[in-house]
Amino acid sequence: MSPASLSMIFPRHLLGVEGMTRPQIEDLLDRADEAVNVSRQVEKRRRVLRGRTLINLFFEASTRTQASFELAGKRLGADVMNMSVATSSVNKGETLIDTAVTLNAMHPDLIVVRHHHSGAVNLLARKVSCPVINAGDGSHEHPTQALLDALTIRRNKGRIEGLIVAICGDVLHSRVARSNIIALATLGARVRVVAPSTLLPAGIERFGVEVHRFMEEGIRDADIVMMLRIQRERMEGAFLPSLKEFAHFFGLDDEKLKWAKPDALVMHPGPMNRGVEISSSVADGPRSLITEQVEMGVAVRMAVLESLAQHLPNG
Amino acid sequence: MSNSIRKALVNAQIVDPLADKITTGGVLIEGDVIVSLGAGVTPANCGSGVEIVDCRGLHLAPGLIDMRAFIGEPGASHRETIATVSAAAAAGGVTTLLATPETSPPVDGSATVDYITRRARDNAKVRINVCAALTKGLAGGEIAEIGLLRQAGAIAFSNGSQSIVSSQVMRRAMTYARDFDALVMHYAEDRDLARAGVMNECEFAARLGLAGIPHEAEAIVLDRDMRLVALTGARYHAELVTNSLSLDIIRKAKAAGLPVTCGTSINHLTLNENDIGDYRTFLKMSPPLRSESERLALVEALADGTIEVIVSDHNPQDVETKRVPFPEAAYGAIGVETLLAAGLRLVSSGQISLPKLMAAMSLHPADILRLPQGRLAAGAPADLIVFDPDEPFVVDPQLLHSRSKNTPFDEARLQGQVKHTFVGGSAIWHAD
Repeated sequence: MSPASLSMIFPRHLLGVEGMTRPQIEDLLDRADEAVNVSRQVEKRRRVLRGRTLINLFFEASTRTQASFELAGKRLGADVMNMSVATSSVNKGETLIDTAVTLNAMHPDLIVVRHHHSGAVNLLARKVSCPVINAGDGSHEHPTQALLDALTIRRNKGRIEGLIVAICGDVLHSRVARSNIIALATLGARVRVVAPSTLLPAGIERFGVEVHRFMEEGIRDADIVMMLRIQRERMEGAFLPSLKEFAHFFGLDDEKLKWAKPDALVMHPGPMNRGVEISSSVADGPRSLITEQVEMGVAVRMAVLESLAQHLPNG
Repeated sequence: MSNSIRKALVNAQIVDPLADKITTGGVLIEGDVIVSLGAGVTPANCGSGVEIVDCRGLHLAPGLIDMRAFIGEPGASHRETIATVSAAAAAGGVTTLLATPETSPPVDGSATVDYITRRARDNAKVRINVCAALTKGLAGGEIAEIGLLRQAGAIAFSNGSQSIVSSQVMRRAMTYARDFDALVMHYAEDRDLARAGVMNECEFAARLGLAGIPHEAEAIVLDRDMRLVALTGARYHAELVTNSLSLDIIRKAKAAGLPVTCGTSINHLTLNENDIGDYRTFLKMSPPLRSESERLALVEALADGTIEVIVSDHNPQDVETKRVPFPEAAYGAIGVETLLAAGLRLVSSGQISLPKLMAAMSLHPADILRLPQGRLAAGAPADLIVFDPDEPFVVDPQLLHSRSKNTPFDEARLQGQVKHTFVGGSAIWHAD
């Protein structure tokens, strides 16, 4: 990647998309475009993070995000250590801050954190001396997901400005939704959220989005239909009468997709509940970007790691 | 305490909540009570043998009465002790504390009332009164021994922060309390509706990804309680009213002549939900801090008399329960030492007069609790404070006397320093 683009001012941590400027986001997407090329070569190894240590600290189970950060770190030459809660002393009663201080003493150069509580990554970032990347905190933010979604849209549509993006499903609990709303609005998209009212947070109207309660009007003329993951265990009877009812009214299938633009594309952050929020024929169909999102994930994370590495001593 | 000692606090701006005015003069004390007050109390008029305290134009007022403070004993002395809360109170000008029953064990037996009373006698410089549990173990299932607890010295009954779910239990507790003319205090919260929430339900909560608690969680239970007051005739005090839905309910109940009073916390009067900022756990309160417009509605209700009482809701929490992610953090903040200074913000912003502010923190709590202090009058206990309402300071948690440091005013600029505190005529605090 070109050293010229490294001049862009970037914050010390990546805790959320909120507060990022359009040029900052676009710079990251430009860099990620270059990282895509790197990842498609036979020789994928770069030296940007050579000798650096990246810790993946996951308090919540994750396969794809953790693997994505691991690959991104390794392709940039870093030593990557994965720590998941199942094997850490957090289960022995250690507090988040103690964990942070302990890890910090091992001189990591970058820490990637996922935590089940909103704000936990902000708290941890205050206690360590290296850059911290939020890989998802509670219902708050998941910034690299929003960046990879933006990259995927930009590469397929050639632009983001002016596109109608409908984000559908469990907006209430979704950090992906929050980060995407902020990122896509910053990049000039017209963002809609589509969900039953029990799955919309209070004050969502003031996020600068159009709010819809029914799929037909919500995805009408949409360029992008982005489905969110439903967390089965907390849904039934509490926020929704049943998954069957949700699938009937909100599950994206070929029939409902007809309401969107003829060239509308479909996204999902994964992992999918096939037959609930998305049908297999849509997920595996020609308009699905879901697999490409995974590829873009690695590229965006390489771009983020590289940007943050500018702040490292002797970096 | 010898009854023969005579003391005169002279040359003061006397803030009299009963007369609702500020006058120049002094207060003459004999033993532990006020003998006289007014412009006539001067060094020349006092004669010999009277100790003269020159207030040098500072303000003099009744000592504050805080109706909701956690004192740590028994069972939580790592968070607070009677000695430390008393030191904090003295420095903050609070001369009477009503201790919440949420100790371990809870104050649901006369032995615990007796224990606290004796510990307070030996370790506290300020007066500590006991608010006993309304239900056994604060569990909300069975009525506590209201009669015996009263005999042991408890002056009010509350269920702490454990709002009573069962309307049947609440009805019976109120009915039974009425026979003893006991004051029922309640923190109204629909626990089911509030369960998942950790802050006020609002756009900011949505942005932070934090689950919200709606105003209705408070209002629904308060509304139920008003109907039960009408049914039972119990004396009822709503401990923490924090939004305009609740204020409407209280206004309606008062208009109907129900024996109802209410209070709010200094935090809800001076802070709002946005102060949570970047997940600041010291601002995690129960009930949650509300929006700025709700805060203003509370200030207005204080000024028009709908809200009678301001409490500190002093809730010391140690580092381990606050230095954790926001959803996991304990609720509550310390506040007894900064109560007056924070309250003075409302005076300097012109939202309430100084005598009215002081009434909400002295006279009104005294009237509701039927205590003789909280007023400047001949024969009243000489619980007095001398303070400079304008002296600025920056809140340094390390300088506060509480054992815990979870102040929401960390590094805030406040005005108002207590210079002298007297309880029963004896000086218990002098600022350096």
